[in-house]
Amino acid sequence: MIFKNIFIGSGSGHFSAFKIMVQKDIQDHIRSWKFFVLLSLVLLTCCASSYSAVAEIMKDINTPLKEGEFLFLKVFTMSNGALPAYYVFLSFLGPLLGISLGFDAINGEYSNRTISRILAQPVYRDVLINSKVLSAIFIVGGLFASLTSVIIGVTIMVTGQIPEIAELFRIISFLLVTCFYVAFWLNLSVLFSIKFSQAATSALTSISIWLFFLVFYPIIINLFAQWLAPSIFASGKEIASYQQLMLSIMRFAPSQLFMDATTALLSPQVRSLGPLSMEQIQGAIPNNLPFLESVKIVWAQITGLIASSTLCFVFSYYSFMRKEVRM
Amino acid sequence: MKPIIDTYKLRKKYGDTIAVDSLNLSIYPGEVFGLLGPNGAGKSTTILMLMGLSEPTFGKAMVCSYDASKQPLEVKKKVGFLPDNVGFYKSRTALENLIFIAQLNGISFDEAKVKGQELLVKVGLGDVINKKVGAFSKGMIQRLGLAEVLIKDPEVIILDEPTTGIDPSGIKDFLNLIVSLSKKEQRTVLFSSHHLHQVQHVCDRVGIFVKGRLLACGDMQTLSKELFNMDAYSVEVEVDCERLSLTAEELKRRLQTEISSISNIQFLDEKNLLIGSGKDIRLELNKALLALGIGVVTLKEKHYGLDEIYQKYFEGGKINDL
Repeated sequence: MIFKNIFIGSGSGHFSAFKIMVQKDIQDHIRSWKFFVLLSLVLLTCCASSYSAVAEIMKDINTPLKEGEFLFLKVFTMSNGALPAYYVFLSFLGPLLGISLGFDAINGEYSNRTISRILAQPVYRDVLINSKVLSAIFIVGGLFASLTSVIIGVTIMVTGQIPEIAELFRIISFLLVTCFYVAFWLNLSVLFSIKFSQAATSALTSISIWLFFLVFYPIIINLFAQWLAPSIFASGKEIASYQQLMLSIMRFAPSQLFMDATTALLSPQVRSLGPLSMEQIQGAIPNNLPFLESVKIVWAQITGLIASSTLCFVFSYYSFMRKEVRM
Repeated sequence: MKPIIDTYKLRKKYGDTIAVDSLNLSIYPGEVFGLLGPNGAGKSTTILMLMGLSEPTFGKAMVCSYDASKQPLEVKKKVGFLPDNVGFYKSRTALENLIFIAQLNGISFDEAKVKGQELLVKVGLGDVINKKVGAFSKGMIQRLGLAEVLIKDPEVIILDEPTTGIDPSGIKDFLNLIVSLSKKEQRTVLFSSHHLHQVQHVCDRVGIFVKGRLLACGDMQTLSKELFNMDAYSVEVEVDCERLSLTAEELKRRLQTEISSISNIQFLDEKNLLIGSGKDIRLELNKALLALGIGVVTLKEKHYGLDEIYQKYFEGGKINDL
């Protein structure tokens, strides 16, 4: 209903202005050098990792697939040891892609001195920031959708198999989660692009936050873990709750949320992301989970990603609407 | 006539500093109005408030009978605005930049293309229609800015410091271009500047703006009267006799029989006279003095133009002296 109001109810004029802005921003992204560089980086690494996975699969193509094994999911998760798997690559490159698409979104308009000119046109102010974010999400979505399709297509050609419906669902949901993950970093860097007037400052801040979660956060958690570790005489319950606590702390890092979500979505045999007690495992049939059950396992992670990315957007929206036009 | 731009006690505070203080300004349709003042006088702030891009702390601004802070979209439909130090998307051509803005104003792509090409020729950028803006000089950017303002066919054109960065000969061309393009279509033009000479000759009226306050407003003659309590024209005359035997009063009486518009005569020293009048009287004065047997060595117009105003108020910033 709300969407209907935004898109149709408020008159076609504003929507067409929005469409034109989005078109222009997409064009700007595609024509820019930074996008070209990142595109080649993403393409190279993803092709390399999926190539190595396909090659690995081809090695034992003659042995039939085990019961409940999914060929196409393996392409995205397998690695030959030399190169990380496709989804691990994405957890590295996704933030970089998001940051590079957003870090100069608003302060770029300021330093180009185009902001007051655009805002002097009869368009609502939020059209500018909405189109910045939406155009970048379109780019990311389009990029990963086509990349995934290419990988699936190549796998079909090489192996002669076609994906099952369940596999497709899992791959599409993986795609969506990737988009939300990139959208988080995108919105974060857009927020910094509003807060800082220099594009370099906002880029460096976003990258340092990314590096913090990538490198330092695990180190700090390790320190905490050693400090909090229960004694060797602790009961099983204590140890379990300690491990739960550590995992929860780890999950403040967006990359951990992404890894959790993708692991469960791409590996149907994963039943839990935390430790399981003997009682829980007892009597369980080693079988694949249905797609929706896998989604349920990581529902918290998925909503966490969406929520944090929405939160960043809300902050940036608010501060942009209140920002003075002059510098 | 109803003013097309009307502000009522407009005020803007940034923290403790008052950028614009109780501004009452009326600009009438078809007028070319120059807003003059030194840097930081509050000109740009005023303009931003007129465009609805900045919210006034108090008071209101009516543009084309819309409240600028409550219905900014309606105002932006009617007003073309060229900001100070404008920039364009550098990786796009001049025409592409124009088409984008035209489309945001609801003009279709095809129409925008035709109109954009026409306007680029009009503002003198006919040769660089398809060149990228990144290679443009400052003057070309300003011209492109003018084309962009005109493409939405505005009722009012607001230009913030349109002359900065253009070379002196270019400024005259540019201002004449603005005025000729808008007079033809009966558009109202408001521009701000701190270059007084440049705008003096194109404005119908000017407003002098210092430290957030409008000191004076009117055409040049009223302004000099208002600010200096002086005649619009003063002529400084150097005479060649050893010592004038006449007193100032006597001389004035004698000269007034010839030239009625003389209102004031003053001896600056033994040889120099300052003669005030309502209009340019240099030729008549020369003849009249010769007829009285007084030889004239030099005779020059003393200009109480905006320069003097500038000298007196802007540089010193002495508002309180008024």
